[in-house]
Amino acid sequence: MFKAEIYVSYKPSVLDPKAEVIKNTLARIGDDNVATVSVGKYFELTLTAPDQAAAEAQVDRICDAMLANVNTEAYHFTVKALEAAQ
Amino acid sequence: MKAAVLSFPGSNCDDDLLHAVGTVLGQTAVKVSSQATDLTGYDVVLVPGGFSYGDYLRSGAIAKFAPVMTALKAFAAAGGYVLGICNGFQILTEAGLLPGTLQWNTSLQFICEPEPLLVANHQTAFSQAYAQDQIITLPIAHGEGNYYADPATLAQLEVNGQVVFRYLHNPNGSLNDIAGLTNEAGNVLGMMPHPERAAEALLGSVDGLGVFQSLIQATKGAAIHAN
Repeated sequence: MFKAEIYVSYKPSVLDPKAEVIKNTLARIGDDNVATVSVGKYFELTLTAPDQAAAEAQVDRICDAMLANVNTEAYHFTVKALEAAQ
Repeated sequence: MKAAVLSFPGSNCDDDLLHAVGTVLGQTAVKVSSQATDLTGYDVVLVPGGFSYGDYLRSGAIAKFAPVMTALKAFAAAGGYVLGICNGFQILTEAGLLPGTLQWNTSLQFICEPEPLLVANHQTAFSQAYAQDQIITLPIAHGEGNYYADPATLAQLEVNGQVVFRYLHNPNGSLNDIAGLTNEAGNVLGMMPHPERAAEALLGSVDGLGVFQSLIQATKGAAIHAN
């Protein structure tokens, strides 16, 4: 069993109005030293796979096909082998 | 014209489309479930507005995997006319049938207003009933209608004349004021404004009828051939 932790966020070239609102509000409450805000999504998957490489290839395909819109979003992930259950 | 109106869980403009195309314009319009796997025999497929699959993950991101989408891709690849409105437009971009993405409105507000639009290209199967540069007013009702494409894609859209409708007073931040565009082949159109909600004088406007009348015109040959 493998566990994938996946992060999806907007590409830097894409304006994210929600992040802008957060940044502007932080500035208003005194945290005006915050230079950038990026809002994203976090996913955890557990999956069975023959080996680490196969798990990574599958997670990459899932990100491309569904979890990220590659027009506007970038993703990165880690895949770790889980200890076998009792 | 025989039109299929797709219906996903969470679609809410499918009945409006059936009414506009079937009752108002007297065409054959059939509701087709998102679980269907065959779209043969239809001249046009209409992908309605709403909140398919609750807009979970992203608008259209789950709908693009519905069984009917495989049939829709085959239908479009064979040159069939496909019109996606609002959430239908979002589904078509997610499915890769149209370029770009619909992002959150820059105001972060859901906007429900009549919007004046410019008919930027009337030489398409979806806009030939309008005059070039005609100004029409259609309702918009969306939170995520802010059209984005990378600069190279945008430039290509403009060179090819793929932008069919533009906002006169850009309400949502769409690049190049894009309200509706076709694919490169010209047989798939997505638009955020709702022509089916401007289809009866009694309800305030008939400015949207031209979209469907254009399709009736475009499919006349096909209908005769089929008979």
